[in-house]
This record gives sequence, structure tokens and C-alpha cells, in this order.
Amino acid sequence: MGLALLVLIWLITLISTYFFVAKTWWLPVGAAASAGFIDRQFTLTFIIMGIVFLAAQLGLGYIVWKYKETPSSPPVSYSHGNTTLEIVWTVLTAVLFIGLNLMGSNVWASQRFPREPDPNDVKVEVTGMQFAWYFRYPGPDGKYGATSPKLMDPSAGGEAAVGLNTSDPAAKDDVVTGTMYLPVDREVDVSLRAVDVIHSFFVPSLRFKQDTVPGLNIHMHFRPTAIGEYEIACAELCGLGHYKMHGMVHVVSQEDFDKWLAAREAEKQ
Amino acid sequence: MATAATVHSHAPQGFIRKWIFSLDHKVIGIQYFFLALTAVFVGMFLSLLMRIHLIWPAAVLPLVGEIKPETYLSLLTMHGTIMVFFVLTTAPQGGFGNYFLPIQIGAPDMAFPVLNMLSFWTTFVGFVVIIAAFFVTGGAPLHGWTGYAPLSALPSAGPGELLGADLWITSIAIFCIASLMGALNFITTTLDLRAKGMTLMRMPLTVWSWFITAILGLLAFGVLLSAGILLLMDRNLGTSFYVPLVVVNGQVMGHKGGSPLLWQHLFWFFGHPEVYIAILPGMGVASQVLSTFSRKPIFGYRAMVYAMLSIGFFGFMVWGHHMFMSGMSPYSAFAFSILTMCIGVPSAIKTFNWLGTMWKGRLRFQTPMLYAIGFVSLFVSGGLSGPFLAQPVLDIQLHDTYFVVGHFHLIMGVAAIFGIFAATYYWFPKMFGRMMNEPLGKLHFFITLAGTYAIFMPMHYLGMAGQTRRYSQFTEVAYQTKLLPLQTFITYAAIITISAQLIFVINLFWSMFKGPKASDNPWEATTLEWTTATPPPHDNFGGVTPVVNHGPYEYGVPGAAKDYVMQTDPATVATH
Repeated sequence: MGLALLVLIWLITLISTYFFVAKTWWLPVGAAASAGFIDRQFTLTFIIMGIVFLAAQLGLGYIVWKYKETPSSPPVSYSHGNTTLEIVWTVLTAVLFIGLNLMGSNVWASQRFPREPDPNDVKVEVTGMQFAWYFRYPGPDGKYGATSPKLMDPSAGGEAAVGLNTSDPAAKDDVVTGTMYLPVDREVDVSLRAVDVIHSFFVPSLRFKQDTVPGLNIHMHFRPTAIGEYEIACAELCGLGHYKMHGMVHVVSQEDFDKWLAAREAEKQ
Repeated sequence: MATAATVHSHAPQGFIRKWIFSLDHKVIGIQYFFLALTAVFVGMFLSLLMRIHLIWPAAVLPLVGEIKPETYLSLLTMHGTIMVFFVLTTAPQGGFGNYFLPIQIGAPDMAFPVLNMLSFWTTFVGFVVIIAAFFVTGGAPLHGWTGYAPLSALPSAGPGELLGADLWITSIAIFCIASLMGALNFITTTLDLRAKGMTLMRMPLTVWSWFITAILGLLAFGVLLSAGILLLMDRNLGTSFYVPLVVVNGQVMGHKGGSPLLWQHLFWFFGHPEVYIAILPGMGVASQVLSTFSRKPIFGYRAMVYAMLSIGFFGFMVWGHHMFMSGMSPYSAFAFSILTMCIGVPSAIKTFNWLGTMWKGRLRFQTPMLYAIGFVSLFVSGGLSGPFLAQPVLDIQLHDTYFVVGHFHLIMGVAAIFGIFAATYYWFPKMFGRMMNEPLGKLHFFITLAGTYAIFMPMHYLGMAGQTRRYSQFTEVAYQTKLLPLQTFITYAAIITISAQLIFVINLFWSMFKGPKASDNPWEATTLEWTTATPPPHDNFGGVTPVVNHGPYEYGVPGAAKDYVMQTDPATVATH
């Protein structure tokens, strides 16, 4: 029985570890400035936890096999523990866990902490509603026009869906789209809102996730670093269509972005 | 205590007073056990339907019919709620805690027997109410077991959010009341009814775990109860605690100024301690069983007690780690994250000490021991994904993905279930007077452990690849569709593992009536429940008041006649 346990526990451990190490399934290729750090931190955490995992599970398997009771087993050592050992592993675990934690603080701060608005940032507003994403660009004036809940009409789509108040001068040049376009290598100042229930704007390739919450306007930053098309998947349960609340981010060159935005502005006139 | 013993020395004779509205903690414990057993099969059946729907969405199932996307969400909501409340909170604490806490401390009953009976029947009503949600217009709610507002607060936000959602929150409120009554009883009993010589540091670790769990319950369920009442008011009385001005489907709702994050704070202030409410009794049972079947004292008894106390203490300070992506202040993430990492420390101590207990022992592999070993393995696997999720920067990628689903199922779902299995196989002889079948128990263990890993380990891979949870289909997002083969594997593993639970049911009921008669102390264990008759008499010790002379885990004592010294053995043998 001890041997059977050893075989089962070791097999489970080694098979599980294989798929992690072989990276059969892994984080999608990162396309944002924070990806390098996040992925390194993930790998570091993975290595440390992986070593503990292997040591604990393989050790468990070994112990149950080694110390099974047989007629010739020696008497057990009558011990209630070892205080020195307890202190050693308490301190080790504490240093390891807390140290690991502190390392991640910079990237968190750069993505999430409030900061002074920078005129060079690309401003985009993300609005989540059952079950679609809308993206609003403030236009040449750099200001978002007013919106009103009373004007919201999801069935009409576009700017009516987010309730844009077209009589507001600042709203005249606002562009509302169903697909997000971003220029590569520019800092994005994103404002996140929701009109009905909580949604979550999750773009795995850009290493970005943030809930959009009714009543809150949440500001964040990220910087896409590779041209490409990236999928958005809603990550907060928002109702029966949650699974199909899907969208796309197109990261393009600055030139293509300008062209695209100009074309949208032209459509409005 | 003497008066309590005299009052209850005569067992009631009528069927109703003896088996239905019983005041005997042992009968109430068994009632809780069977309630949880019923609930676990309901919950497991729901998860089976979910797994089938994910892979074969068009399947029309007998009894159930076609599963629509909203049905899938109802299934996951009810699965989570039933499992967390009516299984993981009910079986270890209400079931085994009720039955064995008084006996293990040498008491004739709980401190408040009537409150105890009331607590069970209130829980029962809560279960009936939540099951009723399936059968009302609109069906069961789809807002998930966490019930995030505004989705849970607006009847028009989706199917199932009508009466079904009201019944869901009412059931939880009823459950909270029942748990508060139970918690008071457990705490008073532990503090006041211990036998002579049963000092706090001689209590079995199971008693410590039930005691600490009761304290957590007392502090946590009150908050959930209040939060639930506010939610009911938002839903039915037009208040706006959780709902700001929102527009659903083009309709402006009548709410204004509420905060969706308030619900999350209140919910997780309960919800995180709840994780420990589910797992602490499992830790107690694992410690008890590992020591007994290793024939060795528990390694670091005091460290184990302090570890559980600090897990309970820190457990109330980490709720914000569920909310890193919620829009909560990004500064507070630091505090919650560091405190969460701190909880890893006592958890690691416990693991080291379990391994230390087995080290140089003489391990006996009866089924309870197998489940305790499985518990340790699952606790390690589920625990080590914690430090990933506790880091806010990694949570950016992992939050609300299958990585989280894998993590919490291993650590608080299946590990706790393994604790319940270990407890069932360990105490069944004392409760029902007969032994369970060993070969069936071992077969059940091996399939369940392998199956559990086959189901939940791949979920970590899915989560790393970005598979979001609570999706009824993966066809709408291209990168997720590629992950379907792994989801299919998980469904097959789930079907096999769930089917294997029939082995347990057969063993349980067959052994109850046909198993070989159990002796008073079949495992050669040391704690008080093994000093009394099997099954124990109405007042637990047949008119005798036990006197405790030894600690709870005195195995392999040099100079003792046997390889174990029971807690009531004369003080002539020196133990420490």
C-alpha cells in the first residue's frame, strides 16, 4: 500500500510538473510594456513554488513508502516536535513569500496608481454593457463630451449606446466604435465605465484586466508594444451573454491609427 | 455540568423526540451529516451537468432537457452556493463537530441542546428554500455564488433574477442565522464543559479546529446576514445600497448612489473567513488521523494550535485579495497582498508538521489514513497556487480565470472533502457501531485522488492561457476555442470521478447495516471518544465523568504497556 501511494503521488506530481515545464499551455505572448516584468515575475514565482511543490509531494510519497508499518519496524521516536526547526521554516517561508510579493509593486504602481494627465497619452474610454464593448475617443479637442443615462439606447449601437449628448460642444468630435484601435508604443490613458452591471475588460495579450463598475470611472495606463489584433474577453460574470461579450483590440502603427481616426471623424460630419 | 448530566441522563423514547426533534448532539450530528450528504449529491450532479454542457452544448438530457447559456449560469450559482454552505460548512462543523466535540472534551452534551436542535432545523429550512429556487418562475439565479451587485440586485438583469434570486438570498440569510446559533453553542461548550484535566492544551486538534471555526463563524455570518438583508431591500423595497444609477437594456432603473463595491467588501469579509471555516476542521481531522495512524505524537502540537489561531486571525484581514481587479483603491492592494502572503506562513507550518508527524512513524494504511495523506497532498497543491494569486500583478492575468477555479477547488473544495472522507471513514465505527469495508474504501480513495487531480490540475493550465471562468461556451472567443481539448479531458475525468462516488455510497449504507461489528477502539486511538462504548450511550460516558491525565496524541510512549496512552489512562505513565 505504501508503494502504491508513492507511485500515485509521484506520478501525479511529475505529470503535473511536466505540462508546466514544457509550457504546453502558457501565458499568451505578451504585447504590452508590462508583459516582460509580469511574465518574469510569473516565472520566478513558478520556479519557487515548483520547487516547494516537488519537494513536498515527492517527500510525502517517500515518507509514506519508507515508514509503512512492518513487523520489523523500529519503535517510533517519541517526539513532540522541534522548536528550532519550526522557527527556521517559519522565517524562511515568511521571507520568501513577502519578498516575492514586494517585487511586484513597481509594475502594479505604473499601471494602476493615479498620475498627472499627460497630453501625449492616447485617451480611450471603454464602456461595458450587456453584452458589448464600446470605445470612445475624445477627438481633436482632447475632451470627452457629456453622456446621459436617459439617452442610452443599446439597440441603436454606437454613440447612442453610450448615451452621448450630441448637443454638448465637446461631444461633436467624439468617436464611438465597437472595436478598439491603438497606436503602437504609445501610453494609453484608459477610462473604464459600465452602464448596467459589472463587466471586466480583459485583454490577455496586453496583460490588462480591470472590472468596469457602474457608478465608477476608473483610470488606468498601459502601453501596447507590438502591432497585431488582440482579443478582449469579458472576465466578470455579467448575465446570460457573458460568454459572448467579446471584442477586439487592433494595435496599429501611428500612421494607420491617425488615418483610421480621421476616417471615423469624417464619417461623423 | 453536573446538572446538565442529570437532566439528560434519560434518553427520550418516542421516535420523534429521539430521531427527528432530538436534543442529543449525536443525533443532531448525524442529521447534519445526512443533510450534507444529500446536498453534496445535488451539488455534484449540478457540476456534472455543467461539465456535459461545456463539451456537448446541444445535448438534451433526460429529466433536465436542453441546457441554455442561462441554465448553465444557474447551475454554477447553485453548485457553488450549495457546496459552500450546505456541504463544506455543514458536514465538518455541524456533522462531525456536533457529534464529537462534546465527547472529545468529556461533556455529556452541547451547552445548549435546544439551540442545537433549532440550529439544525433552521439549516434544513434554508436547504429547502434554496432547492425551491429551481422550481419558481424564471428558475434559479444566474449571478454566481458571490452574487455581485448590481447583477444580483436587479430583477431585470437576467433570467433567474426574479423570485429565484430572492429565494437564494433568503436561504443564505436563514443559513447565517443557523450558523450563528451553532457557533455560540460550540464556543460555550468548548469553554465551559471540558472534563476535569482537559486543559486547553490537552484538547485534540479537532476540538481546536471546531472551536476556532465557530469563532470565525460567529464573526463572519453576522456580516453576511446583514449584507443579505440589504440586498433583499435593494431588490424589493427600492433602496440603493449596492446599486448606483444604472441603465439596463435602455431602461433607467430607479436606483441612485449605491456602491457595487460595498457588496463585494461585505461579501468577502464573510467570504474569506468562510474558506477557513470550510478547511480548518479538515486540518483538525488530518492531524488527528495522521498521528493515530503514524503511531506517533503530532509534530509540534502547540505550533499547530498557534498556526490555526493565526490563520483564523489573518483570515479576517485579507478579504480584499478577491478584489484586486474590482476598482478598489490600488494602494490597498499592497496591504491585502502582504497580509495574504502572511497567511501562507502558518499554512506552511502545518504542512511541515504533518510531514514531521509521519517521519519515522509506523504508518498504517487504513482508509482514514489514506484520505488524510490525500488531504496533505491536495492542501500542498492547492496552497502553492495561492502565492501566484496573492500578487496583484499576477492577478492581472489570473483573476477570474480557470486558474482560480483550480486553486480554490483543490484547497477549499476537494481538500475539505478529503477531510470529510477521512472523518467519515475514521468515526463511522463509533457513530454506527460497524466497520466500513476496507477494500472498497481504498478503491474509492485511489480513483478519487487521481480523478481530482485530473480534473483540477489542468484548470491551472487553462487559466494561464487566459480561459475565463463562468463561460457557458468557448466558441465566441478564438483563443479560448483552442483550449477545448483540455476542457474535454476534464469532463471525462469528472464523469469517471463522480461515478466513483457510488462506491462510497454503497460502502456507507452497506456497512451501516451489514458491516462487521466495531469494537470500542478499533484504531487504537487515544482521545476520549474511544474510551466510551460504541455507539456512545445517551449521556456519552454512561454516567461516568471522565478525568483526563494525558495529552491527546500519546503514541509510542517509552515505558508504556501498549504503543499508545489514552487520555484517561492513569497518570502513572509519564507523558509530556
